[in-house]
Amino acid sequence: MSAPAEHPAAANSDAAAHRPARGPRELIFELGAEESRCVEAPAPEGEWEPLEALLGDALRKTPPALPNVSELEIMRHYGHLAEMNFGVDSGMYPLGSCTMKYNPRINEDACRLDGFAGAHPHQPAASVQGLLELMWELQEALGEISGLPGVTLQPAAGAHGELTALMCFRAYHLDQGDVRKRVLIPDSAHGTNPATVSMCGYEAETIPSGSDGGVDMEALRAALAQDVAAVMLTNPNTLGLFEASILDITEAAQAVGALVYCDGANMNAVLGISRPGDMGFDALHFNLHKTFSTPHGGGGPGAGPVCVTEKLASYLPGPVVVRDGDAYAGRMPERSIGRVRTFWGNVGVLVRAYAYIRALGAEGLREVSEQAVLSANYLRQRLSGLFDCPFCRMCMHEFVLSGAAMRKEHGVRTLDIAKRLLDHGFHPPTVYFPLIVEESMMIEPTETEPLSALDAFVDAMISIAEEIRTDPEIVKNAPYTTPVRRLDEARAARTPDLRWRPDPGGLSADG
Amino acid sequence: MRYIPITCEQREAMLRAVGVSAIDELFDAVPDAVRLKRPLALPGPLTEIELSRHLASLAGHNAPATGLVCLAGAGCYDHYIPSVVDHVARRPEFFTAYTPYQPEVSQGTLQAIYEFQSMVCELTGMDVANASMYDGATAFAEAALMACRVTKRSKVLCAVSVHPAWRATLATYAAAASVEVVTSPAEETTGVSIVPGSSTLESLLAGDDVAAVLVQSPNVLGCIEDVAAAAAAAHAHGALAVVAADPVLLGVLEAPGELGADIVVGEGQPLGNAMSFGGPGLGLFACREEFVRQMPGRLAGRTVDVDGAPAFVLTLSTREQHIRREKATSNICSNHGLNALVAGVYLAAVGRSGLQSIARDAVQKACYLKGRLIETGRFAPVTSAPYAREFALRYDGDVERMRSEMLERGYLAGVGLAELCAGSGRPAVLSDQDSVVLFAVTEKRTREELDAFVREVSSL
Repeated sequence: MSAPAEHPAAANSDAAAHRPARGPRELIFELGAEESRCVEAPAPEGEWEPLEALLGDALRKTPPALPNVSELEIMRHYGHLAEMNFGVDSGMYPLGSCTMKYNPRINEDACRLDGFAGAHPHQPAASVQGLLELMWELQEALGEISGLPGVTLQPAAGAHGELTALMCFRAYHLDQGDVRKRVLIPDSAHGTNPATVSMCGYEAETIPSGSDGGVDMEALRAALAQDVAAVMLTNPNTLGLFEASILDITEAAQAVGALVYCDGANMNAVLGISRPGDMGFDALHFNLHKTFSTPHGGGGPGAGPVCVTEKLASYLPGPVVVRDGDAYAGRMPERSIGRVRTFWGNVGVLVRAYAYIRALGAEGLREVSEQAVLSANYLRQRLSGLFDCPFCRMCMHEFVLSGAAMRKEHGVRTLDIAKRLLDHGFHPPTVYFPLIVEESMMIEPTETEPLSALDAFVDAMISIAEEIRTDPEIVKNAPYTTPVRRLDEARAARTPDLRWRPDPGGLSADG
Repeated sequence: MRYIPITCEQREAMLRAVGVSAIDELFDAVPDAVRLKRPLALPGPLTEIELSRHLASLAGHNAPATGLVCLAGAGCYDHYIPSVVDHVARRPEFFTAYTPYQPEVSQGTLQAIYEFQSMVCELTGMDVANASMYDGATAFAEAALMACRVTKRSKVLCAVSVHPAWRATLATYAAAASVEVVTSPAEETTGVSIVPGSSTLESLLAGDDVAAVLVQSPNVLGCIEDVAAAAAAAHAHGALAVVAADPVLLGVLEAPGELGADIVVGEGQPLGNAMSFGGPGLGLFACREEFVRQMPGRLAGRTVDVDGAPAFVLTLSTREQHIRREKATSNICSNHGLNALVAGVYLAAVGRSGLQSIARDAVQKACYLKGRLIETGRFAPVTSAPYAREFALRYDGDVERMRSEMLERGYLAGVGLAELCAGSGRPAVLSDQDSVVLFAVTEKRTREELDAFVREVSSL
């Protein structure tokens, strides 16, 4: 049977009750009127030189067709958009590898304090000592947590951190007079890893995973040679498993002069438990928006500070913050690769992460990882009877299920399960990643979910598994309760509509 | 424990359900040799009240530009931020969400991005814009790499008058990608790099091996470059014209798209984002339609759902690294979504005529301040080209001493050009720039403040 659009399949009456008005509303360009205003420009004070005289030919002929709307229209418009969104505050968000934990509100207040938010990047250092102290303390804390003492706060995101670290590796090798070509990456790696490698002019080479889900040591040893610049690893890896032979891996790489990079996406599992520096890694990027609770912002801004060993510290991009007695200042490291952005870093994000680390302290951070790992194992234990769990042993902060059997037996894909979860009021897990598990679902509950939410998620998965057996069409046509339903993505790509355009001739020169 | 809602009793029950007796057993897979056997050496935890006090104290050890009369710019500007902007940005449905991979529950983010893209297209006069990038400098560097992909060339020509930190970022990206960067000089008297019919520019392009001519207008000295001439020169030699623009000034300055630009980038901070010590801001990135598949970054598009309802979704993702991996256009897999939201709300709040008057105010007040400062006899003009809200003057004393003395009097007195370049390790913009100061003026400054500044600085 097929499920009509109005299928009474709103599995969870609460979710249905909270369902916002269907569909997107008008574009903001379609609101307001010519004379509508939100903020009024101040009246000019006295006489100024006319603009025409100042700008000459450079003066714009047609003003940009921006909206003209009133304040209430703005608040209603964005309020409606907000209601169509799902965030961590809306419900459980077990998106594997993304660490969607609660974003503490005091951190939101902190980054908005005038002393931080109002600072200009080119103020004399004497007038921003509080900010520089905060940044220096954060560098120290990240160095201690990672076991890698050289820290730059510059990178804006995890992928930017990866790129920064690989650029430092490249500069280091070149300084040794060492031109290397290849970078080895396990097949379970994030897609950004190979893309980063190619941006650094290296060739990415894939190393298969072994039957235990870890790096295949034999394949790795066979690939390692003097032309290998780096090995990039995620540990715990994207299956949520700790690389048992991590020391063998880093030693084998270093034996041929390669440097070893740790993708820090999964650091939420090992805070205060194990440090990448002690595992033999040469560099790591942190995702402050994952591990240290800064909000994801609907796609950013994050921050991806990079931590390295002593020997690589002088290659880091700057400015980094240094302390001289009681005074703090910015400095470019001696052999720095240069700049990777305009100013100091995503400082507003750094303030939030610093506040989080200070709130928790050493013991609190360790408890974060302990609970994250316990919650993941609790879910794994409760769900592994229901779905295939290809590497089913004690996991770290996340684990991967496979919907392959469900697909084979009932024709229901993992994507369908993900969409059906939306009707239950849950954000789905990461799906179809890692690539090495068929129909994968990567589940990361994080430490901040209450037990009642974990149990409700299990109940939803049980109910969906039951539907798959009894009435798979319900699942295949989900979701039913969301502001819009499944999208025509093929049409979006085939006939791209990427912007609104004004009605020609509808604008006058003076707006 | 803070932020963890699980009780001791629940934890015990969960351990039993997992089949272990103690937390430590969960970590059996971590080899003993890499276990940390001591607590992390970090300061002790703080309660919320202690933390709030500590943060207020750190914040109090700064004298932020917003509490001063700010005349500093150099890529970060003190424009007024309408109240509605942060009220929207603090909606948790926006800021606690991830990248909109599940469009059914991300229509808010997606529609806001689509509107933002449309606004950036309107400002720049381009066909398509992406969902934003990290900042102006990274957008600039990515534009150079994109031009290399489009033209299949590996050399770019960058005007020396581009912000030194942007040039430095370009150099870092280019070195890694083995792209050669050639710098074209600035004309010392006018302050611009692009001089129509100049033999320098022609000779640098003569080999027909340059992928892009990269120019910023207004440039780091505040001067308006001849974008049309740069574009014409680039096109005559098979290169793309990459133009860095300021989004607020596009309220009064001609759109680069009208002048022949192929890619337009910019720093979006002035659009309602707090200065925040220089980050996070956002990178603006727009280009001509024909290059859209070579464009880095996220794109939101409009489509329909199964019921035919209009809806938005991330699209053209075959360019991206989760599909293409090492063949992706870039490794960037996020945007500065919240900052882009802010920029969109800002542009809606000020509106069409508002942006125009903000930009006009800034330009007129900058002109006023420049004239008054020159009248004091302590400052001399450096450049003769038309400028917008920022300008360079030569000071007859020590620039950094002047800045720190003025700081004590409540002014952030510009940015020293030498310091700006020194921090970036790039070639100097001008041959003698030690005593050059860049002053920026926004619509926030009043005539009274400007007059008082002139009085104070001339009394030093």
